[in-house]
Amino acid sequence: MISRRTFLLLGVAASAAHAQLPPNIQEIRKKALDEAIRKVVGNAQVRQGKVKLDIPPLIDNGNAVPLAVEVESPMTEADHVKAIHIFTERNPQPYVVTAHLGPRAGRARIATRARIGDTGTVMAIAQMSDGSFWSDSVRVIVTLSACLEEGLI
Amino acid sequence: MARVVVNVPAQAKRGEVIEIRTLAGHPMETGFRRTQLGELIPRDIIRTLICTYNGAEIFRAELHPAIAANPLISFTTVATESGTLEFRWTGDNGFSATQSAAIKVV
Amino acid sequence: MKRFAVVIGLLFPGFLLAEIPLAERRSGYEFMSRETRAMQDDEITGPAVLALLDGEALWGKLGCAGCHGDAKASMKGVAARYPALVDGKLVNLEQRIRPKAPALAYESRELLALTAYVARQSRGMPISVAVDEKTKSSLEAGRGFFEKRQGQLNLACAQCHDDNWGKKLSGNTIPQAHPTGYPLYRLEWQTVGSLTRRLRNCLTGMRAELYPHGAPELVELELYLMWRARGMPLESPAVRP
Repeated sequence: MISRRTFLLLGVAASAAHAQLPPNIQEIRKKALDEAIRKVVGNAQVRQGKVKLDIPPLIDNGNAVPLAVEVESPMTEADHVKAIHIFTERNPQPYVVTAHLGPRAGRARIATRARIGDTGTVMAIAQMSDGSFWSDSVRVIVTLSACLEEGLI
Repeated sequence: MARVVVNVPAQAKRGEVIEIRTLAGHPMETGFRRTQLGELIPRDIIRTLICTYNGAEIFRAELHPAIAANPLISFTTVATESGTLEFRWTGDNGFSATQSAAIKVV
Repeated sequence: MKRFAVVIGLLFPGFLLAEIPLAERRSGYEFMSRETRAMQDDEITGPAVLALLDGEALWGKLGCAGCHGDAKASMKGVAARYPALVDGKLVNLEQRIRPKAPALAYESRELLALTAYVARQSRGMPISVAVDEKTKSSLEAGRGFFEKRQGQLNLACAQCHDDNWGKKLSGNTIPQAHPTGYPLYRLEWQTVGSLTRRLRNCLTGMRAELYPHGAPELVELELYLMWRARGMPLESPAVRP
C-alpha cells in the first residue's frame, strides 16, 4: 500500500513524462477544491443565498468566460461584504479570483472573464463582515473547438 | 509598460455608486501548458490589482491562472470626493503596470 | 441588380448553384452566444480593445499620419474593399500595410494592431471588393479553392460552409465562414489574429496543404470570401470563439 504522497508524486511524474492525467484526477481536484474552500471558510457553514453568480450555462470557448457576481448587502460599515471568492471544480487548480471589498464599494458586484477548463461547477462565496458565508453555484457546459490547431500561427 | 485601460466616469454625484472597469494586456500564462516538446511553460500571470482613491485602498483583487488572458476586472465604489483613482497591477517576473484616472464629484 | 446577377452568371457559369442565397447570409456573430457577442460589442473593455489602442499608438509612432493624417477620415472604407489590386498585384490589407512599415512580420503584434486599427475605421460599412475584368481570374481561382476537395479528409470548404452551415460539428455550430470581422480576437487564440491565420487553422483541421502567409492561393481565397460576403457590414475587430 503506497502512501498518498507517493501516489501523488507518481501521478505528477507520469504527468511530466507523458502529459497524461492520473486516473483519479476528479478526486484529486475535488479534494483541492474542498481544501481551498476550507482555507477561506474554516469551519463555518456556507449557506446558499444572497449571492448571484451570472455565468453562461453553455460556454462558447472556455478560454474567456464572462462572469459577474452580485451579493445582496447594504454595504454599510456594520454590514457589508468583505470579500468575494470564486472557485471552479474542473480546472487544474480551484481558485479563480478573490476580490476584497468593503463599505466603500457601495455595491457588492464584480465582473471578470475566467478560464473554465471543463464542464462542471463554478462557485462564488461571499465573506460577510459578520463572519458568515453565503454562496451560489452554477453548473456550466464547456464546448471545445471542432478543429484544434495547437497554437499554429 | 503593458497596455492598460481604465474606465472611470469623469464626473459623479456625491454618494453615487460608480462602476469602474479595467483591462490589462497580459497573456496570463497558466503554468499548466506544455511546449510541443512536452516541457511545462512556467506560470506568468498578473497576481494583484489594487485601486486607491485619493490614497485610500478601495479595492483589491487576487488573480489566479484561471483568469482569462488580458484580464478584465470590474467593480464599484462610492464617489466620495473629487480626486484621483490610482490603479496598480503587479505580477510574476516583476510585472508592474499603473494607471490613474481623475474624477470630479459634484 | 437582376441584370448584374445575369452578367455575373454569364461570366461565371454554374456560379449561382451551391452558393448561400444572399438573403440567408449570416455573420459568425449570429452563431455566437449572447455573452460572446457582448464581448465584441464592448468598445471599452472588449478583448480586442488593447490591440486597437496599440494600433492607434503605432499610427502615430510609425509616421503614418505624415501622409494619411487622421485615420478616422483617411482609412474610412479601406478595409471593406480589400483584397485589392495594387500595382497589378492582388494584395490583402496586411500585405498593403507591411511594406509601408519595414520589418513588420506577418502575424506580428504590431502588424495585427495596425491592421486592426485601420480595419476599425470601416466598421459598419458594407464589404465591397472590386469585381471586374482585372480581378475576375483571381476571384475564379479563389472560388475554385473554396469548392475543391483537398487534404487527407478530401474535404472542400463549401461542404461545411455552404452546404452544412448551422449544423453541429463536435459541439460547435458550423458558421457560414464570412470574413466579416478580421483581424479579430479569437478566444481560442487568446489574442488577435488575421484571416490568413484562421485559414491556415482550417487547412490544418482538414489535413490539407498549409500555404504560408502571403501565398497567392490564400489571398485569392480571401478575395472570394470577401466577395461572397459582399454587402455584409464589416465588424472589425470582431470577437469569435
